Amino acid sequence: MKKLITLIVLFTSTVVSAGTLVVNSNQSGESSKAAFDAYVDAFRAAHPEVTVVVNEFEHEAYKTAIRNFLTAEAPDVAIWFAGNRMKFFVDQNLFQDVSDVWADAGLNDSMASTKGSLTVDGKQYGVPWGYYQWGVYYRKDLFDNLGLNVPKDWEEFKWVCAMLKKNGITPITIGTKYLWTAGGWFDYLNLRINGYQFHMDLTAGKVSYEDPRLDATFAAWRELIDPGYFLEDHASFSWQDAQAPQINGEAAMYLIGNFYVPTLESAGVVDKMDFFQFPTIVEGVGVAEDAPTDTMHIPSGAKNVEDAKKFLAFMSNKEAATNWAKMGGMLSPNKYADKPTNRFSVMGAEMLAAADDIAQFWDRDANPDMAGAAMEGFQEFMVKPDREAKIRARLEKERERIHGPL
Amino acid sequence: MTFWERNQLRLAPFLFLAPAILIFLIYVIYPIFDSIWVSFHEWNGMDKEGTRGNGNPNWRWVGLNNYITLFTDDEEFYVSLFNNVRWLIFSLLAIPIGLMLALFVNQKILGMRYIKSLFYFPFVINAVVIGVIFTWFYNPKYGALAYVLGFFGIDPVPFLADENLATYGIIIASFFPGIAYTMILYITGLTGVSREMIEAGRIDGASGFTMLWNVVLPQLKPATLIAIVVTIVGALRSFDLIAVMTAGGPWGSSEVLAYKMYQESLFNYRMGYGAAIATILFLIMDIYIAWFLYRLFKNERSEK
Repeated sequence: MKKLITLIVLFTSTVVSAGTLVVNSNQSGESSKAAFDAYVDAFRAAHPEVTVVVNEFEHEAYKTAIRNFLTAEAPDVAIWFAGNRMKFFVDQNLFQDVSDVWADAGLNDSMASTKGSLTVDGKQYGVPWGYYQWGVYYRKDLFDNLGLNVPKDWEEFKWVCAMLKKNGITPITIGTKYLWTAGGWFDYLNLRINGYQFHMDLTAGKVSYEDPRLDATFAAWRELIDPGYFLEDHASFSWQDAQAPQINGEAAMYLIGNFYVPTLESAGVVDKMDFFQFPTIVEGVGVAEDAPTDTMHIPSGAKNVEDAKKFLAFMSNKEAATNWAKMGGMLSPNKYADKPTNRFSVMGAEMLAAADDIAQFWDRDANPDMAGAAMEGFQEFMVKPDREAKIRARLEKERERIHGPL
Repeated sequence: MTFWERNQLRLAPFLFLAPAILIFLIYVIYPIFDSIWVSFHEWNGMDKEGTRGNGNPNWRWVGLNNYITLFTDDEEFYVSLFNNVRWLIFSLLAIPIGLMLALFVNQKILGMRYIKSLFYFPFVINAVVIGVIFTWFYNPKYGALAYVLGFFGIDPVPFLADENLATYGIIIASFFPGIAYTMILYITGLTGVSREMIEAGRIDGASGFTMLWNVVLPQLKPATLIAIVVTIVGALRSFDLIAVMTAGGPWGSSEVLAYKMYQESLFNYRMGYGAAIATILFLIMDIYIAWFLYRLFKNERSEK
């Protein structure tokens, strides 16, 4: 009997040490899931000694679930987002320092472009697996009909808008029902006018919303709002609803992320579409772009840290990194990964490679509480620009509550 | 005789009730008190022992601070409260409309059964589906409403994008199932209306509105009472239509207390603050339920 017990103990302990790696994933869409599965399969092939168990969550539900599982029943690897979304858990001591993975797997070199968004106090707390660009997706056929060129600066951009408007075309489509699209506009206007550092200070709560430097940002925005360049009644539309005018050829431009491309393809208008970088507004301000980065982390409560680090380090495998990003419609942060083939991704990759700085996106850079209140304010401003002073005073009050007095 | 044999009859009901009571205590009563307890704290929903990025603890006693902020420093709270009041008042309109429909379909005409079931259909559909249908209906660019208004040469009204109209737009959508429900209540009520009294009323010269007001309606009182209760409870818990149709917008102008609570606690990581809103909503419902129970008992006593 005693022998049997020792045998069982031995057996179970070997199972554990042989390494079961639990990975919680939010890659629930059809193509995202296939892309992630490909990465997991490649990892299994390279590390047959590790048994990988993937728990898949629905993408939106994951955002609330992660708070529970990180504290209660932590997996060995969790998929998440860079920037403030990551920092929140780092501050809670729920993510581990993985700087050694960066150093050992050569990520400091291959992932240099996204390193900043995974760094807190000089240490890395996760490894990126994919990111995508934001920019203006426009109807090339409408531009060509009117003989318009891609605007390079703010004056040209406004002129293009005026010409489109004059010809009965909505210059810019947008749906602000779920607010974040307005956050994209604020990001770009502020990045182009006040630059990356100021923008990051603002998202970190270190700058007042009544700061005079923000006057120019709101003033530039107004230059598009007052003449009615944005889609009318945009507060009733979701970002998907706002696609319809552009697909129908009634609206010309859309400031949105690269995840828009599959819709354009299935709607059969992708051949009429093209992409341009958000124009320069203030000469001499460094070019920063929004490129939200999706990441992997090791929770502090992970049981199998050793294998989890192998799983993260596997991103240095060029082929696996390429496939995951490509199949999921993303760009790979690994600079040795194969170049993308989709033309929008190609343009995005070039644009981001040349960028001076990369921001995550308003609601990933700012504290969730502040991001929500601010985006509500942006939406209100886009409809009632005369309330600017009141809105900014309200946001400043909110900022002070969350981040404390300056 | 054993203890069990002696007391079996007396103990059995309690034993049968025990599982239900236990579940009720764990899932209803305990969370109520726990929420009230949480509402006196500042908590971000994370480990209660841990600390935040700015060095403050995750879980901290703040006494009545959440309530003070709510009442003195949160415009959105008053917007939500006022919207709840609008919901309370305007959703009651579903009751007379339901009564009218019930009177209309309560005729012996060929095929009326099918018409009845058609009118009842909205109540069967999920609220989310109704929300989506009405969002399309209101769509100022491609929606049916814009099309109809355009036919009369009127510019489209962006119901859901207007801070003053959004709440009314959602309430109108809530009529869709609400009217169907009150209609069914009244149809069943109408079958109980006594023929003799109507005949008697007719002999006395009552007809039309007088007949309805003085003879039919008093007999429909139980149905009316249930209709009011269900409609008001529905109005106070309105959440799903708002989440689907406007997500509380534009800029928070169509939020109600239940939606604000959800937003603050789950998205803004302010569990304590959300719990304070929940407590306020709980108190409002309590007052109403107490009033309702009082009315109910009073009625029963007078009937005896």
